[in-house]
Amino acid sequence: MQIEISLQDGVPIYRQIVNQVKYLIAAGKLRTDEELPAIRVLAERLSVTPNTVVKAYGVLQTEGLVYKRQGAGTFVAETKSPLARKEQKRILTQRTDALLADASQLGFTFEEILALLRKRHEALNKGKSGGGER
Amino acid sequence: MTDNVVEVSGLSRKFGNTQALDGVNLTVEPGRVYGLVGANGQGKTTLIRHLLGLLRAQSGSVRVFGLDPVREPVAVLERVGYLSEERELPGWMRISELMRYTAAYHPRWDQAYADELLTTFGLDVSKKVKDLSKGMRAQVGLVAAVAHRPDLLLLDEPSTGLDAVVRKDILNAIIRAVADDGRTAVFSSHLLDEVEQMSDDIVMIDAGKVVVEGGLDVVKEQHQLLAVQFEEERDTMPAIAGVVSAERLGRTWTIVCNGSDDVAESLRANGGEVLKSRTASLQEIFVARVGHDRVMAEA
Repeated sequence: MQIEISLQDGVPIYRQIVNQVKYLIAAGKLRTDEELPAIRVLAERLSVTPNTVVKAYGVLQTEGLVYKRQGAGTFVAETKSPLARKEQKRILTQRTDALLADASQLGFTFEEILALLRKRHEALNKGKSGGGER
Repeated sequence: MTDNVVEVSGLSRKFGNTQALDGVNLTVEPGRVYGLVGANGQGKTTLIRHLLGLLRAQSGSVRVFGLDPVREPVAVLERVGYLSEERELPGWMRISELMRYTAAYHPRWDQAYADELLTTFGLDVSKKVKDLSKGMRAQVGLVAAVAHRPDLLLLDEPSTGLDAVVRKDILNAIIRAVADDGRTAVFSSHLLDEVEQMSDDIVMIDAGKVVVEGGLDVVKEQHQLLAVQFEEERDTMPAIAGVVSAERLGRTWTIVCNGSDDVAESLRANGGEVLKSRTASLQEIFVARVGHDRVMAEA
């Protein structure tokens, strides 16, 4: 599981883990019922406190993206659950609002934003097919 | 009597005319990692030495596991693992001898765990301490500090002067203590990135006083960094409650503040346009709270 922590943009570390696990699930790099690293293992890998990982896994569980098995570990849940979808929409709405606010601040028109989105979408898709599966 | 690992209240300490600690309150809850930050000479080590019972409280009180570490040093130190920047280890001892020597003081010493760590670090136990590199000495000190599986790990500037590999060993020992056993760690450091990554709670000390304290995420959420541009160039910031620090670059000011909404509102009322707003990093909060001079002196 490829996760990187950055201290540059001020996003809390547990939030960064949550976001990246979500991305990995969305991108199919983590599959349904796949086990996430044990708390200590991920904490050591990232050099973060175990409580941070506990918090991140807790948030992911609350949002329905992972489930815990007693005495075992944390596993990726079925991704299309309605709760997760609702949550996904909420997150994306926040991001969209932020994007629209920035764009308006910088004097971009709505059409320009759409064009930019399309362009970036194509660029990212190209990167994905080039990178392939691990 | 509570379950808190450490309770310090109203602790003050003077060395001659220097106020080393000034009314410090600190509560350490079990199962968490506390990062103690502050520039050198601001009171971190003095506080840790009080927790170890090496210094008696001049005023206020210190309790570790509910006990006074000065009056009951054995009962407290049995359950504490301590590693300091100085790593005062006897140079003439072989590593194996040092392990036996340390074990003798600790009824709960776990030799299998000690051996495992020594192997992980690739240390040759027949070597004498004086022949070890600085990094190896830190590793030996670390094993000696954790192999009795202490309930409280006290690490005073454990990373100072060490390379990334040994620093990681030390961080992993903290992680392991907390993850596997639910134990507690307090470590001091002036490496703010390390503290930001490795702490659940932070305690920022300046001039003997605790200036910021709390859960790291909470502290970070409370402190926002705003970039503000004013219509006209101005030499001073309008007086706004909640602004911790402000730095000017042309017409743009970078502001670290407490409680961003009200501050942003007041800035707008003063003709400022908020260009950017985000959570401040620990480094930024530290600089804002403690001031530039000390941080520069530190680097």
